[in-house]
Amino acid sequence: MKNTNIIIATLLSALSFSFAGCSKKDNPAPEFQETNLAPLSIEFDNIVGARTFTLNNTGSPYKNAAGEEFTISFLQYFISNIKVETAAGKSYTVNPDSSYFLIKGADKASRFAKVSVPEGDYTKLTFTLGVDSLRSTMPIDKRTGVLDPAAGGDHENGGMYWGWNNGYIFFKYEGNAKVISDDANGDPTGKKQFKYHIGFFGGYSVPTINNIKVITMDLNAAGIARVRKDRQSNVHLFVDLMKVFNGKKAFSIAEHPNVMFNDFSSTVAGNYVEMFKHDHTEN
Amino acid sequence: MTKKHWMVLLVFGLFVLACKKDHPIKEEIEKFLGFQKPSNFPEPVYNFANNKVTKEGFELGRALFYEPGLSRNNTISCGSCHIQSSAFTQHGHDVSHGIDDRLGTRNSPPIMNLAWSKVFMWGGGIYDLDLQPVAPITTHEEMDENLENVLNKIRAVPKYTAMFKQAFGTEEVTTTRFMKALSQFMVMCVSSNSKYDQVMRKEGAVFTAEEQEGYVLFKEKCASCHSEPLFTDGSFRNNGLGTSAVNDQGLYAVTLIQTDRYKFKVPSLRNLKYTAPYSHDGRFLSLDGMLEHYNSEVKDTPNLDPLLRKNGRLGIELTTTDKQRLTAFLGTLNDEVFINDKRFSEQ
Repeated sequence: MKNTNIIIATLLSALSFSFAGCSKKDNPAPEFQETNLAPLSIEFDNIVGARTFTLNNTGSPYKNAAGEEFTISFLQYFISNIKVETAAGKSYTVNPDSSYFLIKGADKASRFAKVSVPEGDYTKLTFTLGVDSLRSTMPIDKRTGVLDPAAGGDHENGGMYWGWNNGYIFFKYEGNAKVISDDANGDPTGKKQFKYHIGFFGGYSVPTINNIKVITMDLNAAGIARVRKDRQSNVHLFVDLMKVFNGKKAFSIAEHPNVMFNDFSSTVAGNYVEMFKHDHTEN
Repeated sequence: MTKKHWMVLLVFGLFVLACKKDHPIKEEIEKFLGFQKPSNFPEPVYNFANNKVTKEGFELGRALFYEPGLSRNNTISCGSCHIQSSAFTQHGHDVSHGIDDRLGTRNSPPIMNLAWSKVFMWGGGIYDLDLQPVAPITTHEEMDENLENVLNKIRAVPKYTAMFKQAFGTEEVTTTRFMKALSQFMVMCVSSNSKYDQVMRKEGAVFTAEEQEGYVLFKEKCASCHSEPLFTDGSFRNNGLGTSAVNDQGLYAVTLIQTDRYKFKVPSLRNLKYTAPYSHDGRFLSLDGMLEHYNSEVKDTPNLDPLLRKNGRLGIELTTTDKQRLTAFLGTLNDEVFINDKRFSEQ
């Protein structure tokens, strides 16, 4: 009996030891080596204010600060140029050829931007909402995968490329709101649709509107990313679509139901830059 | 029939065969020279290093150019609005006439000397020939199709997969290859054999007295925008056309820069004989109408080109004689070789 107790005690202590071994906090940051790559994912978890993101939830529409009820029928946006930085200031930029992601509201699996970065403890994350001007002016050979102008069909559907004015739609957000009028200032088809197709990378030869937004997040408060080869570190962001309407320059859907290629696109972009909030990190 | 009759028939038949064979053999002997810069032209701006023109690539591009499968209901090809006999414009149509009889808002521009063009379309917005075809394919009034569908249609046709293999090494049909093939065809459409070119290259042709007088006038009154030898400086300018019913604001629509309102691309003056009507919305049915616009109809709209407002006068003064002489000179820019070149025709 006594022997059994000893055995159990030994087993338990061994078990607790092994737990300690798993404890991530005690795992010291490895030396920063650019070739020592490990997986990191950034999760773009869409939400709408205090509610989860659901497409076409006409039974329980969302309501913006202007008091307008709306539902969302389509959401897609580009995330690109991911960069991470350690507390010591060591930074790593993901190879541009593997750093373009299309987050699709209708496809849950698309919410992760999966990259490889050196093993390390990262306190800062930087990414672009949109497609940078360099890539936006590259030859067609460099426009593959989500950047293929043929991907997703035309811009009336899932496509994110403007053929008539070379450039990508960075952020495409469509839905319905009863407040939209049926005339030319609203939706003459009577479907009460709003459409926000935001692009503009600054122009090929002369400077035009630039709606490319670079977002930097401090990960210290909600959890740094401990990137190691033997595990999947996931920086979980909430992306609050309500901010499009309720951001620093709040606007009404009824007043601006269609924003595509016009100056107001800068206001929308100024709002959507506020969508991102670091909720936690899974290490 | 006697034996003799049979002999005669046989010999005749052999002749027919011989004649039939003659043509393809001759074609094979004609070597494909790829893109050739005419000696009186400047260096092209198209990046040939990234897309070398090959016989196979050019032929694939030509087949795609004439392929109606590029449109939603397989009725409209590039060649529908860019007709070779009209110097690759849509002669007689003020604005392009596309799918389901829909009408666009602009005059179909020529597929001509595009290797020297930095920006495409009347109102700009497209800066790379390899990305240009996306516009007509996806435009509602033109082909109203999406690129993904087009590529899928092409993939389903063995003729095309074989041609892709010949041009690019494998049967894979990608956006890049599709666009590069179309570019190879388009950059080959060089118009450089007008009388003007022959005069400039000293190939024996000479201007008549009237043409020469017109040339002098042209250099004085037109060449600052329609610069030789392409007869466009590639810039965007407001040439004082009154605003149209659809209020097309040209370059402004793609830049949203106030000073770009009502600016349109300066078109080339080559092949005017085949390309009427003129201007971005095809409002001038004749050359005379176009010239009279510059003489007396220039409107003072925002961003009017300063060259059209000199000494307090709008436009460019042109007498009847001036117009005749200019017309004579412009006639020397017509290139019959180009509009009849079998290499550019639907095969």
